[in-house]
Amino acid sequence: MLLLGNEAIARGAIEAGVAFATTYPGTPSSEISLNLFEVSHESDLYFEYSTNEKVALEVAAAAANSGVRTFCMMKHVGLNVAADPLMTLAYVGVKGGMVILSADDPSMFSSQNEQDNRYYGKLSGLPILEPSSVEEARQMTAEAFDLSERLGEPVILRTTTRINHSSAFVELGRLTPRKTKGDFKKDPFNLVTVPAVSRRLHVRLLENWDKAQALAETSGYNFTDGAGSWGIICNGVSYGYVSDAVKELGIADKIRVLRLGFSYPTPPKLIKDFLTSCERVLVAEEGEPFMEEAVKAFAQEAGLTLPIAGKGEGLFSRLYEFDPAMVRRVMAGYFGVPHTESQAPDLSDVPEIPQRPPNLCAGCSHRATFYAVKKAAEGEETIYPTDIGCYTLGFLPPLAMGDFLICMGSSVSTACGFSKATDKKVISFIGDSTFFHSGMTGLVNAVYNNHNFTLVILDNGTTAMTGHQPNPGVDMSNFNLSGYGRISIEAVVRAVGVEHVTVIKPYKVKKSIEAVKAALDHKGVSVIISQEMCTLYARGLKQLKVRAFAVTDKCKNHRDCINQIACPAFYLDGERVQINPNTCVGCAVCAQICPENAITPVKVKQAG
Amino acid sequence: METTRLIIVAVGGQGNLLASKVLGEAALLSGVPVRMSEIHGMAQRGGVVESAIVFGDAKSTIISDGEANVLVGFEPSETLRALNKCSADTTVITNLAPLPPFTVAIGRGTYPDLDRAQDLIKAKTKRLIAFDAVDLATTAGSVMSVNIVLLGALIQTGILPVSKTDVEETIRTKTKKAFVNANLKAFELGYGAAANA
Repeated sequence: MLLLGNEAIARGAIEAGVAFATTYPGTPSSEISLNLFEVSHESDLYFEYSTNEKVALEVAAAAANSGVRTFCMMKHVGLNVAADPLMTLAYVGVKGGMVILSADDPSMFSSQNEQDNRYYGKLSGLPILEPSSVEEARQMTAEAFDLSERLGEPVILRTTTRINHSSAFVELGRLTPRKTKGDFKKDPFNLVTVPAVSRRLHVRLLENWDKAQALAETSGYNFTDGAGSWGIICNGVSYGYVSDAVKELGIADKIRVLRLGFSYPTPPKLIKDFLTSCERVLVAEEGEPFMEEAVKAFAQEAGLTLPIAGKGEGLFSRLYEFDPAMVRRVMAGYFGVPHTESQAPDLSDVPEIPQRPPNLCAGCSHRATFYAVKKAAEGEETIYPTDIGCYTLGFLPPLAMGDFLICMGSSVSTACGFSKATDKKVISFIGDSTFFHSGMTGLVNAVYNNHNFTLVILDNGTTAMTGHQPNPGVDMSNFNLSGYGRISIEAVVRAVGVEHVTVIKPYKVKKSIEAVKAALDHKGVSVIISQEMCTLYARGLKQLKVRAFAVTDKCKNHRDCINQIACPAFYLDGERVQINPNTCVGCAVCAQICPENAITPVKVKQAG
Repeated sequence: METTRLIIVAVGGQGNLLASKVLGEAALLSGVPVRMSEIHGMAQRGGVVESAIVFGDAKSTIISDGEANVLVGFEPSETLRALNKCSADTTVITNLAPLPPFTVAIGRGTYPDLDRAQDLIKAKTKRLIAFDAVDLATTAGSVMSVNIVLLGALIQTGILPVSKTDVEETIRTKTKKAFVNANLKAFELGYGAAANA
């Protein structure tokens, strides 16, 4: 079957008999959990969208310690959130096989950084598997559960975007029956990590690390291709680029390629033997010099002085993802092989092409909320901390509503800091899913420490950015699912002790501006909850009542509509502003701000 | 087996991913190894969607600058933007119906002149096949079939190791039933447009 990498991974987990899966959605991992969510509707697989990655890992840790095969998946930065349980779960270990998937994002196609999560293997002492292809991702995921049970430790399955979002033909394996219920045996002197217990558990972890290293020495995932006295050591997607380059440079008889798929603990004997048979070695890995440092250390131990290189000037970069031509060029340069660069055309005479940044959708309620806040705060010096979601796009002009962002939940806590450290008006933005993920703790902090800012919670009833996953505030009947709770953001905010709380309907422009003004006047923490369902999501649920608007002859070309709210339904027809009736959803925000009242609903033609 | 590299660029919502999927499945039907990768992080938000499809014996799933054998652009300014993927040996197929990015409407950029864009592409590549695919899709019965129109043109060039009948078979089995007839017609119209280009 032609499968996306993420589908192959989900399939691998199912083939391994995974019975328990938890996640917080995050690109490039999201399709794995979407698939498992669907499978769970039609089978006895337990799947949950947890509140955040730390919660997901803890829920999963308990299942794995009850002997159930467990899969916990997240994007790379999610593992930062889950790092606390990760580090000590490594001490405690697991009974049932447990795989923790970290989807790294070199080049940051959809992330705030490109951290290399192989270091989490090193930091926690847990083994790492890294597939080089979509096909291998399926097999490796399935076998990772066996490896985990063999070691009694969770296994980190580390992917990169080009594995998650590539497709290839995959042969499916056999399904193992699921064991959905386990048992928990009391064993507090091995499972309650007080210092005296942990001192022993750390010894056990290091013993397991040795076992893992011994397995890496002989793992079928660590193999050598080719023959010759030049050597390449590589992992993940770089193996594909290296293999293609070997063929294209015609050096198959000169070079040996060591591919590490069971990449941590790095196997010393395997690498020393490889180095002994080489005159010169290049390490090809995206991200940090993780293997390179290990390889150089092993060479030192073995008293080998051959040249070993990886990152550096004229070699590989620590920045961004690799591509085939770049890998070929570095290999040719390092080994002194003649090669012709591919000739991209001279583009100096091509006119500048207008940028096409992603934009909030036509009729997106975030745009309406941003407009209301902007109007309400007119004349004030402001700082707008923002957060992670579609609304991050509000930082782009002309809305320009976003001044600071570091991670999930940071809008609330950084607002605390900005409001103390400056005299500016601080207004921060967070989405509903992100609020549950890690905004609530910041809000508790704000009330407790008596900070002074306005938090705007953009509640669009879904986790829109990653593909409309549910969150604790979502009505699960939208998914035709029952048996879920539903948490009211307003009730949470009031319970925390916020004194000034207002719920607005952002499409009502005037009322919204008034409500935001009142919130800004409040001294202390105030919260605006802006409720309107994501238009894309509503369309998917067939709940969107579209009523397109049009610009009439009354228009005097002030262009407030296009310049201030910048909805993509607008376009210029010569010098006249027009609305595309196919994209306009009829939110009517533009109609309310037009100084000439020139924007009105399109008259619906009578059928027949 | 010889490697053939195809880049498809489109605007979110133009059906790039479906087109890639049809090609991938058709390649399987033709017994040709195929690998694809796509960047679609924020496609639904009107950004650019780029697919790379590598046919034949290769392990890489992405295509470096200057290394595409064929570039198919669903939108003319995006075709122009992707010229860095081409070389003097590349065949370029583009839709000529523009979808100006929003930045143009708010005065942050000028949409390129289409005649000049075509001249530039012709000068820098082996061959340009350019036509209004929206027009043909509309004739076929659905504006949504722009992607399939362009697939028709792509297959007509014979550059891909995938047969016409295998693509048609895939359209029948892998696209939504309600659209199969429009898609097959769209495919034929695109095929014809490239034949006459």
